[in-house]
Amino acid sequence: MRVPVEWMREYVAVPQDATGVDIAADLVSVGLEEEGLHTGGVTGPLVVGRVLSREPEPQKNGKTINWCSVDVGDANGTGEPQGIVCGAHNFEPGDLVVVILPGGVLTTPQGPLEVSARKTYGHVSAGMICSERELGIGDDHDGILVLDRRFAGEPDLLARLTPGTDAIPLLGLDRETVEVNVTPDRGYCFSVRGVAREYGHATGANFTDPVVDLDARAPQPTEGGFPVELRDDAPIRGLDGCDRYVARVVRGIDVAAPTPPWMATRLTEAGMRPISLPVDVTNYVMLGLGQPLHAFDLATLEAPIVVRRARAGERLTTLDDADRALDTGDLLITDRGGERPVAIAGVMGGAATEVGAETRDVLIEAAHFEPVSIARSARRHKLPSEASRRFERGVDTALAAAAAQLAVDLLVEHGGGVADEDVTDVGTPAAPAAVSMPVGFPSVIAGVDYPEADVVRILEEIGCAVTREADVLSVLPPTWRPDLTTAPDLVEEVARIHGYDEIPSVLPTPPGGSGLTHGQRVRRTVADVLAGQGLSEVWSAPFVGADRYAALGLDVDAEVARSVRLANPLSDEQPLMRTRLLATMVDALRRNVARGTRDVALFEIGLVVDSDGERRPAPTEEVGVRPSDEVLDAIRAAVPSQPRHIGLLLAGDRDRAGWWGAGRAADVTDVIDLARVLGEALGVAVRTARDTVAPFHPGRCARVELADGTVVGHVGELHPKVVAALGLPARTVAGELDLDVLTRAAEATVQARTLTTFPMAQSDVALVVDEAVEAVAVEGALRAGAGPTLESLGLFDVYHGDQLEAGRKSLAYRLTFRAPDRTLTTDEVSGLRDSAVAAAATRTGAVQR
Amino acid sequence: MSGPNTNYDPVEVAVLDPEAVDAAVASALDAVAGATSLDELKALRATHQGDKSALALANREIGALPPSAKAEAGKRVGQARGRVNQAFAARQLELEAERDERILTEEAVDVTLPTGRRPLGRRHPIELMSERIADLFVGMGWEIAEGPEIEAEWFNFDALNFDADHPARQMQDTFYVDPPEAGLVLRTHTSPVQARTLLDRGVPVYVAAIGRVFRTDELDATHMPAFHQVEGLAVDEGITMAHLKGTLDRLASELFGDGITTRLRPSYFPFTEPSAEMDLRCFVCRGEDPDCRTCKGTGWIEWGGCGMVNRNVLTACGVDPDRYTGFAFGMGIDRALMFRTGVSDMRDMIEGDVRFDAQFGWEI
Repeated sequence: MRVPVEWMREYVAVPQDATGVDIAADLVSVGLEEEGLHTGGVTGPLVVGRVLSREPEPQKNGKTINWCSVDVGDANGTGEPQGIVCGAHNFEPGDLVVVILPGGVLTTPQGPLEVSARKTYGHVSAGMICSERELGIGDDHDGILVLDRRFAGEPDLLARLTPGTDAIPLLGLDRETVEVNVTPDRGYCFSVRGVAREYGHATGANFTDPVVDLDARAPQPTEGGFPVELRDDAPIRGLDGCDRYVARVVRGIDVAAPTPPWMATRLTEAGMRPISLPVDVTNYVMLGLGQPLHAFDLATLEAPIVVRRARAGERLTTLDDADRALDTGDLLITDRGGERPVAIAGVMGGAATEVGAETRDVLIEAAHFEPVSIARSARRHKLPSEASRRFERGVDTALAAAAAQLAVDLLVEHGGGVADEDVTDVGTPAAPAAVSMPVGFPSVIAGVDYPEADVVRILEEIGCAVTREADVLSVLPPTWRPDLTTAPDLVEEVARIHGYDEIPSVLPTPPGGSGLTHGQRVRRTVADVLAGQGLSEVWSAPFVGADRYAALGLDVDAEVARSVRLANPLSDEQPLMRTRLLATMVDALRRNVARGTRDVALFEIGLVVDSDGERRPAPTEEVGVRPSDEVLDAIRAAVPSQPRHIGLLLAGDRDRAGWWGAGRAADVTDVIDLARVLGEALGVAVRTARDTVAPFHPGRCARVELADGTVVGHVGELHPKVVAALGLPARTVAGELDLDVLTRAAEATVQARTLTTFPMAQSDVALVVDEAVEAVAVEGALRAGAGPTLESLGLFDVYHGDQLEAGRKSLAYRLTFRAPDRTLTTDEVSGLRDSAVAAAATRTGAVQR
Repeated sequence: MSGPNTNYDPVEVAVLDPEAVDAAVASALDAVAGATSLDELKALRATHQGDKSALALANREIGALPPSAKAEAGKRVGQARGRVNQAFAARQLELEAERDERILTEEAVDVTLPTGRRPLGRRHPIELMSERIADLFVGMGWEIAEGPEIEAEWFNFDALNFDADHPARQMQDTFYVDPPEAGLVLRTHTSPVQARTLLDRGVPVYVAAIGRVFRTDELDATHMPAFHQVEGLAVDEGITMAHLKGTLDRLASELFGDGITTRLRPSYFPFTEPSAEMDLRCFVCRGEDPDCRTCKGTGWIEWGGCGMVNRNVLTACGVDPDRYTGFAFGMGIDRALMFRTGVSDMRDMIEGDVRFDAQFGWEI
């Protein structure tokens, strides 16, 4: 909301020396956050000039320009008349005009325009004679601004104007406008009246409610007014869509009459462009008082007006010339006894009854509409308007008559109209409900010891009627505060007017917690270990398209079924939530490579979606109601499963090249090793088994599983097709593990063994097996054959080559034995080794080399 | 070797002549002193200590002397050999020490050579910031709660007193799950964790929820469609706005330095009443520089929203609002990181460029 300071002064006694900055600071203290400070868009020198001569000079292009001599006093430093070329013709020698001299700056739709002396049409034009629009104070662009006409009603002022007078204050271009952010509970602050009232609360400055005077002057409703019927047969939540409708008629208006400059200036400052007198008046009243109005061309209306819900199939062409299908939830203004829609109530009027150039008589509507109904219609038709914005936040229920009166006054005064004596005023808005509150409640909630007298005084100051019975206050909120419905609402009023700065700082004393959860600690461990292993942590927005799943070689239909689709994605190319981290991590890898980082090792820990594909709409419940257990269960069940994953992605060198020698490219063993390292860090036994799943190379993919076979995830080299499709570095290796599975597995507490100090004995064996035999099988056989005294077993060489038959490989193991109770003899160790080899021979066909 | 010769006068045995013995000793000592390496010294041992050395030969002659002369000659030769042995041993130690020192000198390396065969990885600073904040709360006796990112509308809005038709619900720039009847959204704030916590744990409760939230903002220097929040919720008997202020002040001073406090300004949120915007005392100028670029001279920086938990929220979560009161607050972690570290473009935080993480250590 933009609040012109000059306008605000009409309602509240702002100190003369208060600047926009001061006012904004005061408003912040009561909850109106500053959004900006604005002044006119002109920087001087902008001065009053008197036209001394005007010589028309026809040009070859058919235009006639005027070569003018203008007296600008001493403003140009010389006192000599200023020569200026002007294209307008609506002035004569002797007229007072506004001149911007070289060095001045105008604000144009294209941006700032610095005026300089320039050669044009054979003259040096030293400045410009300005129009209203160029100065941003009106819409008139037919000619330049002639002050004699603008201030025709103020002869005293005109008499004081001399050439060279600074025109910036004269035209109000130095006036400040404070822009504040209005929170949704403060609908009444979408008006100068409301903000002025708050300024009064903030500073104690005297506030004069303009409505008091208007109400006093507004005539009582009569029987003979334009007939209006309120017939809402489908109230939303039991509330009538319209509970008050005031209609006033003004006849014989000159719609072409100019909007008075002061009004045009105020509207412009408030951010609205002056359009025509009737439109400007309705906007002016809305901005000033907060009551949206609508003006109908009376000649186009056929009585009676009926306010009702739309019927199926009805249509309305609105002011913006859009032909709109109406919804049965829309509240309509109709005429002809309900036959013809003429407006979507509180949102936008219809084109057929619009005030136009031919209009003579207007009907002013000042109504109170129910917020939810208006909010829904505005949203449904995507027509958020100045009116709907106010109605959906709640308009003062007692404002309609006063607002209509102000509109009538202005139309009569400036449009030359005559107001009908008859006044329509139907409907009875519900009176605000009293809120009861123990007088000590604000102190209890705020933690500040408010004197009881202060509590009552503040509530009365904001417009409440307060009665007291024992220690309980009965507080009747004012009609402009529909947000005050509970005791805490009143506490906020007391606390904010008294000052939030009064609230002391006291640490609460919780009963004591149990620290991070197991899952939270595991997550930190995993992240720290991976970073310690040389990987950098990233995170990515979880949005992907189906094409990404295709590029990863996945079953697109299956992934889409597991995923969740957004109704309003940022990009139509990425409407899905990721089912795996790698789907979005690859972008980070590509970005790094594109930016010149060749060796990249990334990890991400984050949620993915794993929907079971069932559609179970989440039920809901009214606010302030605890759903039943069944409903709560259904709400929870509708939320898809979202496991936490670990993503791994490595490209380029794992060990860097340097003066020490060559680097080593990341390969599949690196990601397998990362799975092992994570298992060790968490005290969880993990093993790998060959697998062939996307997006991995079929021969270089491992399934990571727990000892009981539970799958943790997969690691491997990315399939060459995936690498090609996504433009990744060749031989990129990756992994995706389910952290939730690891977390659960890490819950078991490890039981310590006693360390034995008897000497160990080692024995090496080299076994030749078929290439197809996996190391894990040989190792398992050796362990089984060696028995419990085998302390550890290490594969220290893998040999393929000339000394072996084709299709065979040699695996060399070192077996370390240790008994808990004695020193093993050489014979014992030999025996154990032999039985280990025998087991390997039996199970894997191994032959000792 | 000949047998004992009682007729011999020791003086007549040339090699036992005292001068000859002294000469042999002198020669040995000279040679030892002149030895410049352990190898040279070793080579000298044959000449001066070996079986063929003059003193060894002299020693051999002693056996042939008459008993009367044996003692004196023995003593002379023994002393001589002792001196030579001692000289060798001493020189041996000297030369070994020299050698050891030389080896250490020779083994010196250039410790300024670059290292980094496997550079250390990095934690993302947002995660580090989140952990730091979590630790702060745990230190105050709070717990850390979590919830899903794809969330039921009821938890994200209705439970928090966002009426379906209230303008505040439209202000949230929400991602909706298709079809909209599914009743699911990407959580727009960490606040649904409030409702989940109250329903799951009951009261009293002191929890902070830290996590990722989503709004339909295009990515640019100051907006991300996904970002991070920390949410605090305390519900207990006798909780007041003063407790809210106290908790915020503690958080501010822990994260931004001693003396950095907060300021509350009246505001509106559906889930709190009274509500407040929370400003942080400018940690750069502390409110003392009217030209400060960080706070634009206001002395304060907007940090988040807060207030006393709305009665409707407590009721919706099965908590008796007549007995319990609570406060809640929420603030951006990304923003806090930008404050602390001067990150100026949000895209750097989400794009995964390793050069971003690499600027920071693991401690932030």
